[in-house]
Amino acid sequence: MKLTGKVHRYGTNVDTDVIIPARYLKFSEPAELAKHCMEDLDADFLKRVRPGDIIVAESNFGCGSSREHAPIALKAAGISCIVATSFARIFFRNAIDIGLPILEADDAPSGCQMGDTLEVDLESGEIRNLTRDTVFKAKPYPPFMMELIQAGGLVEYTKRRLATGPRAQ
Amino acid sequence: MTLAEKILAAHCSRDKVSPGELINVRADLVMSNDITAPIAIREFRRLGVKRVFDPSKVVMIPDHFVPAKDIESAEQAKLIRDFAREQGIVYFEVGAMGIEHVLLPEKGLVLPGEVVVAADSHTCTYGALGAFATGMGSTDIACAMATGDIWMRVPPTIKFVYHGRLQPWVGGKDLILYTIGQIGVDGARYAAMEFVGEAIDALPIEGRFTMANMAIEAGAKAGLFRVDRKTRTYLKGRTSRPYTAYVPDRDAQYLAVHEYDVSSLEPQVAAPHLPSNVAPVSQVKGVEIDQAVIGSCTNGRLEDLRVAAQVLRGRQVHPRVRCVVIPGSQEVYLRALREGIIEALVWAGAVVSTPTCGPCLGGHMGVLAMGERAVSTTNRNFVGRMGSPKSEVYLAGPAVAAASAVLGRIASPEEIS
Ligand code: SF4
Repeated sequence: MKLTGKVHRYGTNVDTDVIIPARYLKFSEPAELAKHCMEDLDADFLKRVRPGDIIVAESNFGCGSSREHAPIALKAAGISCIVATSFARIFFRNAIDIGLPILEADDAPSGCQMGDTLEVDLESGEIRNLTRDTVFKAKPYPPFMMELIQAGGLVEYTKRRLATGPRAQ
Repeated sequence: MTLAEKILAAHCSRDKVSPGELINVRADLVMSNDITAPIAIREFRRLGVKRVFDPSKVVMIPDHFVPAKDIESAEQAKLIRDFAREQGIVYFEVGAMGIEHVLLPEKGLVLPGEVVVAADSHTCTYGALGAFATGMGSTDIACAMATGDIWMRVPPTIKFVYHGRLQPWVGGKDLILYTIGQIGVDGARYAAMEFVGEAIDALPIEGRFTMANMAIEAGAKAGLFRVDRKTRTYLKGRTSRPYTAYVPDRDAQYLAVHEYDVSSLEPQVAAPHLPSNVAPVSQVKGVEIDQAVIGSCTNGRLEDLRVAAQVLRGRQVHPRVRCVVIPGSQEVYLRALREGIIEALVWAGAVVSTPTCGPCLGGHMGVLAMGERAVSTTNRNFVGRMGSPKSEVYLAGPAVAAASAVLGRIASPEEIS
């Protein structure tokens, strides 16, 4: 599956408090959360973002709280994929769980600027910067995680498991 | 195997696990709160499962925005109350509740050697008791509520050894802030932290809760302590369930070992806007503040309030400062009342709130306005964490927070004692 979109470029340690500030955690509807996505970090994000756009950031993206509201808000705002040097672990789980593709790639961030157009091939992990005609390679997912992604997230995966196996005691 | 590996192996019925392996772990407790449970419940319904795997092992605690701060928060709290009734799970209503990470250990719901997964990043707090506890998102918790297990990647373990004896007014908060200052906010990303050394042996259990609590601020999956006499004393009277105190093997493999001599460590402060932006208090003293917050799952326990009262007793909160004190649970509140702590704090001019997360995440009970600055015993100082994105939070332990409240600027307790 190939995703194409414009780059929104951020730095290190983009935390979940700026992705979706706690003052909006009294909501859990994706559309409501999307209205405030990134507003404390980048007031123009919501004006600029178009469906399919891609976030490119440096290390430790999504650090901080476990709020799944963060990847939900990004996904509902139209973000199709996040590429970063590394992700905080809870954000990583949450994104995979809800079917928001995220890719770790060491050298992609330094080769991407705000507004570039990227094409991401999820299967091969190839990240192509169409604006600059450069190619980067993402770290491959372990097979189990690929299974989760292909199932469409953890809920679908667990549904299948529950249909075939017993629950833990 | 390390402490973390031993607990995880026991929870996937294996003799041995190694870092990097993906395993399916049985959970002894699955928790969520008034912010994360609404999404967990929605996803649980989507699974098409009627009942949770074991109602005695599923907990929901309204603590973030309760007593409900507005209509939407009231609706979220109601949603989880209704679900709790329907499923017969463990639930603590306002009046019985406390901040989840203060409450669960108090109620004997978490024991050494157990695995706890919860939709809250500070779930790692229970590592203080030698449990493997880690935060996840709502969907993970929804699935764990249904199946009783969850996938995990076995983390590598980083060992932290603290040598020496701590100075007066220096505690667990200072040790963990210092550590995060050393290794950075992703210094232990994906790893388990194991805390040992003389300074740890001497640390009260409250200080261990504070340290384990902030393991996530170094990016860690868990922060663990070994079980000792202090752990057993804490657990006495709280549980009749048996538990296993795992000990790491002599030949356990660590990703790294960090050793610190902390005998001359000063109280530490993390300046905005990262918990790793740490300096000794002497380097930041003088920064004027508008508010001091003493509480949260990091420093809202009895020992923390004792320290605050020691500083504030017989003194006055600076006229420019609001000092907000929030006991972490009803038990902490009651014991602080009995010890005269609450009275001393109120006399000093602090406001004392019912247990809640409140201002820690900019919810209520002390949200900051634009341009305001707080010193806080909480765990995060990200942009906008406690209110306006143009406000600032300095993180510190209760002694520094209380001294700062008195002097109206960041201060060391040494300055007034
Ligand atoms: S006190 Fe703060 S950090 Fe702790 S659970 Fe509540 S909001 Fe989270």
